[in-house]
Amino acid sequence: MEGLSRRGLGRAALAAAITVPAAARGQTAPSGPPIRIGYSMSLSGGLAGNGRPALLAHRIWAEDINSRGGLLGRPVELVHYDDQSTGAQVPGIYTKLLDVDKVDLVISGYATAIIAPAMPVVMQRQMAFVSLFGTGVNADFKYDRYFSINPAGSQVKETFAKGFFDIAMAMDPKPRSVAILNLDSDFHQRTAESARFLAGQHKLRVVYDRAYPPSTVDFTPIIRAVQASRPDIVYVGSYPPDSAGLLRAANELRVNFQMFGGPMIGPHITAQKLQLGPILNNLVVWDVYAPEPTLQFPGMQTLLERYQPLAARENADALGHYVPPLAYAQMQVLEQAVKRVGRIDQAALAVDMHGNSFDTVIGPLRFDAQGEWVEERNLYTQYQGVQGNGIEQFRKAGTQVILYPPRYKSGELRKPYTAGL
Amino acid sequence: MSETAMTALPAPAPPRRMGHASFWLATAAAAALIILALRGIGSEYAYFAATFVLQYVVLATAWNILGGYAGYVNFGAAAFFAAGAYTTVAAGKALGFGLLPCVGLAAIVGGILGFGTGLLTLRLRGAYFAIATLCLSVVLQTAVTNWSYVGGSRGAYVIRPRDVPFGFDSYGGYLCALAVVLAAVAVALARTIETSRLGLGLAALRDDEMAAEAAGVPTLRLKLIATSISGAMMAVAGAPLPYLGSYVEPNSAFGLAYAVNAIAMPLIGGTASWAGPLIGAVLLASLQQAATVTISSAANLMIVGVVLVVFVCVAPHGIIGLFRKRI
Amino acid sequence: MDPNLVLLLNGIVSGLLLGGLYAAAAVGLSISFGMLDIVNIAHPAFMVLSALLVALLWSTTGLDPLLLSLLLAPVFWLLGAGLYSVYHHFFERRGDEAIQGLAFFFGVMFIIEVGLVLTLGPEQHFADAAYAATTWRLGEIDLPLRMLVPAATAMAAIGILALFLRRSFTGRAIAAVAQDREALRLLAINPTHIKRLAFGISIAFAALAGGALAVVQPMDAWSGHIFIGRVFAIVIMGGLSSLGGCVVAALAFGVVENVTATFFGPSWSPAVAFGCLLVVLAFRPQGLFGRMA
Repeated sequence: MEGLSRRGLGRAALAAAITVPAAARGQTAPSGPPIRIGYSMSLSGGLAGNGRPALLAHRIWAEDINSRGGLLGRPVELVHYDDQSTGAQVPGIYTKLLDVDKVDLVISGYATAIIAPAMPVVMQRQMAFVSLFGTGVNADFKYDRYFSINPAGSQVKETFAKGFFDIAMAMDPKPRSVAILNLDSDFHQRTAESARFLAGQHKLRVVYDRAYPPSTVDFTPIIRAVQASRPDIVYVGSYPPDSAGLLRAANELRVNFQMFGGPMIGPHITAQKLQLGPILNNLVVWDVYAPEPTLQFPGMQTLLERYQPLAARENADALGHYVPPLAYAQMQVLEQAVKRVGRIDQAALAVDMHGNSFDTVIGPLRFDAQGEWVEERNLYTQYQGVQGNGIEQFRKAGTQVILYPPRYKSGELRKPYTAGL
Repeated sequence: MSETAMTALPAPAPPRRMGHASFWLATAAAAALIILALRGIGSEYAYFAATFVLQYVVLATAWNILGGYAGYVNFGAAAFFAAGAYTTVAAGKALGFGLLPCVGLAAIVGGILGFGTGLLTLRLRGAYFAIATLCLSVVLQTAVTNWSYVGGSRGAYVIRPRDVPFGFDSYGGYLCALAVVLAAVAVALARTIETSRLGLGLAALRDDEMAAEAAGVPTLRLKLIATSISGAMMAVAGAPLPYLGSYVEPNSAFGLAYAVNAIAMPLIGGTASWAGPLIGAVLLASLQQAATVTISSAANLMIVGVVLVVFVCVAPHGIIGLFRKRI
Repeated sequence: MDPNLVLLLNGIVSGLLLGGLYAAAAVGLSISFGMLDIVNIAHPAFMVLSALLVALLWSTTGLDPLLLSLLLAPVFWLLGAGLYSVYHHFFERRGDEAIQGLAFFFGVMFIIEVGLVLTLGPEQHFADAAYAATTWRLGEIDLPLRMLVPAATAMAAIGILALFLRRSFTGRAIAAVAQDREALRLLAINPTHIKRLAFGISIAFAALAGGALAVVQPMDAWSGHIFIGRVFAIVIMGGLSSLGGCVVAALAFGVVENVTATFFGPSWSPAVAFGCLLVVLAFRPQGLFGRMA
């Protein structure tokens, strides 16, 4: 812990040393009135664990762009308020941003519960709106200036679990039965629906299909019931506190499944990676980024190198593999559209975002009519060879290999999943 | 209420006080003035901030009818508030109702729910009642989470209609005017209850339920009326919520913040009179709204906690109590 | 053995272990709420405070989380005694403890939670015990030490507490406070001192429960919320001032939750548990094990 933060500080100093001269010799110093980008971000409450890393990524982007001469030659300023993870605060924050602060551009905060309440305000003012980690927000609003940074795409039911089932069906012998378990929440209802649909497509027998409530404390009875139904593969949709509980229960009950995993949001958070350690071995997890050679896009490495010392100082998620890349990409989309349009014109920005593709730290992307990604990019990764609880192994390639999609594949499936035993 | 029972109670309000009719007129005038003033400012943000504050005025006033007048602490204010919000969602989806009929329907649903809580008071007093309301909140939230028709845990979207009713300049302005009217009705109703025999009877059972019962006060009937009115008003406070945010999900509709504020506001203002929750709600809600857009960190939640603790310690009778003491 | 029977047996055993954890959480409240009539709604928040402190200390010292929580207990005792002094000064003495007192603890809960977010951050924190990955097996029945050790520690602590309350003079004075405050005065015992001592003990138990929680699962500042309903339900079902009743109710609560989760799906387990409480409240408000008033 001690050594980590000291090294972190050293890196912060190093990063500062690199960025300062860059700013000094910067092409042209930004001038004129700042371009103000307003949004609401969850810095307290249940969503803050991901909201704060997202804000750090935004700050890094703002520093980057200001050191490169600003946006349209003007400096960029971020105006954000804490919504306390409460949707009810959000409409007030956006009306304040637009009416009182008179910001030039708006983006969204983190997650559906925060994005959706901003929509009526944003739609009334006809602002172009790039959102972060929303699922299906625009299915009801059908707003033509909404753009979503979420790799799940618009065909969630058909595509979300496709990677998981493609990997499973390629196993020898082929699995014949599946258990589906999910947290009773918006996102995981959708992911479980996709699993159910694809299980049907592959003619797999669903031997267990249940949702559990967010207040669950003990997960052993759930895992035991799953075990008793004797599935070949197990698909789980969960969030951080439950993911840890489920995996430890799996470890204690000595599970043995040909394949186990799914959108288990949990090991995405560094603290949980470290706590679970070897229990993660052979777990197949949905993810948005992994430090594999097949997934290195320009800017990604620099982003992480600048993020990690900052995070150590601000006590945020140490590795920053989950939300920060997408949050940075959110800003890059805005930046590239503004640069191409050449002025702040909401209608023109929306047209540009619909029409062109974007190069971001998480790769090239393009939006469809609903503002979702034309080509979804659900990654299915597997933790392999995790030893002990050190952090360094997770920075390296080979610890979390990519199994799907084939174009980013960096390793082979290992089976079965035995929860580290 | 029987006449004989009432003779056992303290004398009715002193004659200097304003009559019921004139108070209702005065509130109506104040409401009209507020609506005009907000229209004058004409800023969407002013509309939103006012709506935010006024929804708490309704909620706090409603809580106080049971908590302040009758002394029954309701920890489940969020459940009633959410019941109102989900009535709007369900009625809008099933019957295609607009906002106004939904508000009326929410009052009925909240009233029925309140009546049920009132039946609990048959057996439960003090802390037991408070905890039962907390459980009610958990059970109701579980039910809504498992009810997929209103979106379940996914939440439900309620899209604002494109055209703005009654010649208002925006939908936000319309919602704000509605909130002003609801708050005015709530305050006037609370004041009417307070100065009527109902209020006196409630005060008697707050001070000593056994004695009141022995003196012939129809305690059960009074409690049922109080819980029904209080429940109906809390649900009414929640009814516009889906239109305000366009999206409701159980976690935010049943949020702890509503329960905390519903208790904190009357206690800070003073529970003995209708003005207490009004003052408390205006102060605390404005403070929170201001803090959200200025300090903007977890620290603004801290404010509520600290203000609450300091007030209940130092000024147990609220702001009103502070002034009464001086006079 | 018949697979369904194995499931049932394991459901009961894991329910008993979970119940042990609930008992640790509820017994402190049984003292403050049941015996002293102080509705400390912030009790779960104190548990979380302890759990996060344990996690913090564990990451620097590497000591066993339960040992750390034992070390924290005296500090929490002082904290509890101080809090009681404030409570007594402002509320009990004035006689308006009902509403104001409730609101006071509500505010304290809020301050603890937000304070934790401001200082430690909103992320999850954890502490790993050396035995957390070990599971004992008795035939078909699993006993994960991650659940067994905290539950056993809690039971031992509750046993010592019960002995203390029954055998020692101070302990009996605490039990007496629950019944008749004036009688104590006649014995020249200051009831306020006794209550301060007892409230300190209840918060010290929150520290222990926090240590147990930290072993079982990762915690964040709001983790206490899921326990508020449960611990109050257990204390009321147990008949308030009865330690034995509290333990039995906690175990029953755990078993009902886990057996429901095993056979009928986890989404119904909280509703079944709270439904039980509402039934108890409606038909037997003195609790399953309480004396008739």
